[in-house]
Order: sequence, then structure tokens, then C-alpha cells
Amino acid sequence: MAKPEFVYVSYIATTAEKLWAALTQGEITKAYWYGRRIESDWTVGSPVRFFDYDSDVVTDSGVVVECDPPRRLVYTFRPEFSPEAQEMGYSRVSFTLEAHEEGMVKLTLVHDDLPDEETAEGFREGWAPILSSLKTFLETGKPLPQLRQLEEQGRPQ
Amino acid sequence: MATDLDLVFKALADPSRRRLLDRLHAENGQTLGELCEHLDMTRQAVSKHLAVLEDANLVATVWRGREKLHYLNPVPIGEIYDRWIGKYERHRVRALNDLKKALEEDQNG
Repeated sequence: MAKPEFVYVSYIATTAEKLWAALTQGEITKAYWYGRRIESDWTVGSPVRFFDYDSDVVTDSGVVVECDPPRRLVYTFRPEFSPEAQEMGYSRVSFTLEAHEEGMVKLTLVHDDLPDEETAEGFREGWAPILSSLKTFLETGKPLPQLRQLEEQGRPQ
Repeated sequence: MATDLDLVFKALADPSRRRLLDRLHAENGQTLGELCEHLDMTRQAVSKHLAVLEDANLVATVWRGREKLHYLNPVPIGEIYDRWIGKYERHRVRALNDLKKALEEDQNG
């Protein structure tokens, strides 16, 4: 197995079940994940799709590799927004949830099987605000204001 | 508590620990042995500093077989950014948005 390109760890004041729901339910991902709605039946081998808000525009896709609620979720991932993005091929995203002291959950995100350093850098930059927004959303019920605003700007008029 | 900002700032207050983060920034995912090669510190000292960084969540670790790999975890620094700088960024976003609107109105008018 190749060495993972990067590993993010975030401690979130929530329960593993709520965090699991936030990672797997489209109605929740829409609120903090650049407005992406995730959809899957979460059985191994099933497709995972990200849609833009309520639309049927697929932005990213993959396949469920591992699903052990509320502990571990692994899926392959490929951006679908353009032919160039598709050429990147599938990389792999793994979430591990562990109970931590004082009502905190430790979330470990590993993104590996990335084709090159440039792609890794892009994902690294992409994940940081998503994780920040996820934490803020679970702890306060609101996504990060700046992310919300960027989303609003990106939305078609 | 692992997310305590005190732990983050205390961990960052030491130049040797900042150097360790620099090494991981240059090359992520190193073993203790690899980190020791480039540093003028005993293995024991490096190991101790890594434990402090890990407690502060500035370093995340994963196991690959029998190797423990160390990664620079930018999440706590991102939280510091969101707390004190994100606000200004937001204003910049808003200012750009206002400028865009004004220019478009000009064009249409």
C-alpha cells in the first residue's frame, strides 16, 4: 500500500452517530460541503454520487469500499465536472470516527491513491474548509459564514 | 482536551517543534527514524516533541504495516485562521461581490 498523501484529524463536539449522518446524508452535506448533496445506499460496491444542491448535476462520483456505521467509511472519489477532471481517475477517501474524551469525536480523514502531488495539493486545499465547516455546523448548527457566501456566489443567478 | 488552543500555542512556542513541523511540511508522512536523520536532536528528544505535537493535534499519525507515519495536521491552525482571520476574508469576499455588482450594473445601465 502506498503512503497516504495527507491525513487530517479534527476533534468535534458531537456524537459518532450525528457525525456519521453528516457524512452520509445529502440533506446535511448540502449545508456544509460547498452545497454538495451526497447520495448512496451505503452498501459496499454501490455508487456514491455528489450532486450540486437539489439538482441532478453530478459533480463527483465513486463507489463504496467499506461501510461500518458509525466507525469507518471508505469510498473512491473522482470529480466529474469536466473531462479533464475525470482523467484524474479515482482516488480514495477514508473517514474513521473514534469516541474521544468529554463528548468529542475524533475524525480522521485520509485521502490516498492520488495520481500526483499537484492533485494532492488541490484536494488538501479543498478539504480544509469542508472539515472546518463540518465542525462548525455540528457544533453550532451553522456552516462557516465565508463558505456559505462563496457558495452563494458560485450559484447560478 | 485535545482541541485546547493552549496546547496548540504551547506546542508551537518551541523552535525545535516548529522545525519538526517544517520537516513534515517539506515531506509529509515520515517515520520517527526519517525525521531524526535531518535533525540535530536525539531520537528520544524528537519522540518527546512529536508526542507534544500529537497531543496538540498538530501532528496526525497513521500506521502502515509496522511503520508509524507522521503527518502535519493543519486543522488546528485552520481553526485559528477561522477564528481571527476568516472574518476579514469574509469582508474581502463581500467587497469583491459589491464591486462585481457595481460593474455589472454599470454595464447594463
